[in-house]
Order: sequence, then C-alpha cells, then structure tokens
Amino acid sequence: MGNNAYAAAVIAICALVTLLTRALPFLVFGKRPLPGMMRYLGNVLPPAIMVILVCYCLRNLNFTAFPFGLAEILSCVVVALLQWFRKNIYLSILVGTVLYMVLIRTVFPA
Amino acid sequence: MRELRYGLKQTFPIFFTYLFMGVAFGVMMAKAGYGPLWSLASAFFVYAGSLQFVMVPLLQAHTPLLTMAVMAFFINARHIFYGVGMIDRFRTMGWRFPYMVFSLTDETYSVLCSIRHSKGLDRQRADFFIALCDHCYWMAGCFLGGWAGALLPVDLTGIDFSATAFFVVVAVNQWRQYPPKLPALSGLCSAVVFYLLLGPDYFLIPALTVSLVVLIVRRRSVQAKLEAYYGK
Repeated sequence: MGNNAYAAAVIAICALVTLLTRALPFLVFGKRPLPGMMRYLGNVLPPAIMVILVCYCLRNLNFTAFPFGLAEILSCVVVALLQWFRKNIYLSILVGTVLYMVLIRTVFPA
Repeated sequence: MRELRYGLKQTFPIFFTYLFMGVAFGVMMAKAGYGPLWSLASAFFVYAGSLQFVMVPLLQAHTPLLTMAVMAFFINARHIFYGVGMIDRFRTMGWRFPYMVFSLTDETYSVLCSIRHSKGLDRQRADFFIALCDHCYWMAGCFLGGWAGALLPVDLTGIDFSATAFFVVVAVNQWRQYPPKLPALSGLCSAVVFYLLLGPDYFLIPALTVSLVVLIVRRRSVQAKLEAYYGK
C-alpha cells in the first residue's frame, strides 16, 4: 500500500471506530422509549465521569520524583477554590491555567 | 443567531484547549511528514484528541490496520459512557442527531453537562452550535499547527491545562448541585483504587465500569435523594 493510501486508510479506520464508540448507546436503544434505569444513569453518571476525567488528565504525573505533580495539583486546588467561592468559570480557568504555565517555568521546571 | 453567540460563550474555555492541542497535533504530523491537509482531515473525520496523538507514531511505524482499530477502540471506549446520558437529549434533534453523536468529545460532553439553558433560547440549536464551535476550534488548531506551527513565536507550553481546569470547574459545580454525593465519590474512589492497582494506562475503563455498577446497585437510595431535592 502506498504511503498516502495507508494514511487515508488509518484515518478512515480511526474515524469509524471513534464514531462506533460514540454511537453505541444510541444504536442499542434506537428509537425505543428509554428504560427508567437508563434515564436514572443519564442523571447520575455526569458527576462520576467528571471526577474520573480529572483523574484521567492527571494520570501521567510522577508522584515519586520531583516535582511530584505539584504544579498540576496546586493549580487544580486553586481552580476548585476559586470556583467554589467566586463561581466564575472564566476566572477559575484563566487563573488556574496562567498559574500552571508560570509554575512549570519557574518553581517546578521539568 | 442568539444560539450561536451563546454557543461561542459557553465553549470559550475549550477554544484555548482545542486550538493549542490542535496546533501541537499539527506540528507532530508535519514532523512525521504529513502536511496540514492530513491534519485537517484527521481533525474533521476522527475528531478525537488522544487517539490522534497516538495515531502519529503508529502511522510512521506502518502499524497494521487491525491493530489500529483495536487501539482506537480501547482509547475511545470511554465515549460509550457519555452517550448513555445524552440519548433522550440527542435523538429528538432531527437532522442534527447524527452530528451530535459524531462530535461527542470529552470537552463537548462536559460543556453539555454543565450548561443551564436560559429562557428564550432554542435548546437544540444551542447544543448544536456548542458541538459545532468545538469541532471548528479543533480543525482550525490542527490545520494551523500543520501549516505554521513550527513558526509560532511564543512558547505556549502548558496552555492545555485549561482542559483539566475546565473539568475541575464542572466537577465542583456538580458537587454543589447534586444532593446525592455518591456519584462523585464513587467516581473518585474507583479512579484512585484502579489507578493504584492498574497504573495510568489501564485504570480508566475499570473505574468507569465500577462507578456504573455502584450507581446501579445503589439506585434506590440515590434516586430517593434526587427526588427529595427536585421533586418527582
């Protein structure tokens, strides 16, 4: 297979498999009315998923050697505190991200 | 067009994440010998951040297509859990339905979970524009990265932390909004336990699955708390 044909095939396969994972629940339930259990799960899964997604973002931190993921953890704590007390999503994200970018350049350089 | 403005506003935090991660992907692809059009095609059709990053070295190594397909499935299997909560919301959306399913990324899912629609907005149009804005940011980033990423004058390393910050914000909001704490706690505990047991590469799907099972088993008490709070 030529290089371009191969790359196109890889993109096509990745696209199809990704679509399959996203479409699976919709394929299973089709147009049928949703069972009460699924309606319930739709309500309660987001808080669980969101916490797991935060852990997923932090999964590659090395806790055994300097800087012990401190830049990420500190920035996450600041974001959480800001959001808790000020309830301004843009402020929380902006301050958290800038703080992180400063920390990894100054206090905890890689 | 109020819905488009609303969508732009709600996806503002994602704009930075996608643009920067997209640029990073475009640069990687360019270094691997694939120009901006290849990056754009990946962004348009695949539209899955972590998979696209894994794709590049495998592309260079000429990995067999079947291996690619299996990898892609495992990297993206978490998306199965997102659809569960969106079935009723998406399937009434007519011609927009297939696109909403296709474009359900981590970030779009969390924006859709986090918003409270204001009065006078067409909910379905708003949801659609949120999904479309995110997809456009991602395509713009990937294309720019492939085209001119190497010429970027400023060092933006670390700006992708905005995605983590965004998930933290949504998690905090949901903690406050949800009277039952079991969903968030089961997520946290299973994530930590499986991270310690299985390590960073394999904890995600077991953690999601165990949370799901815990929530199914404890349905009666969780639902009782929800109903006491929201009414039936």
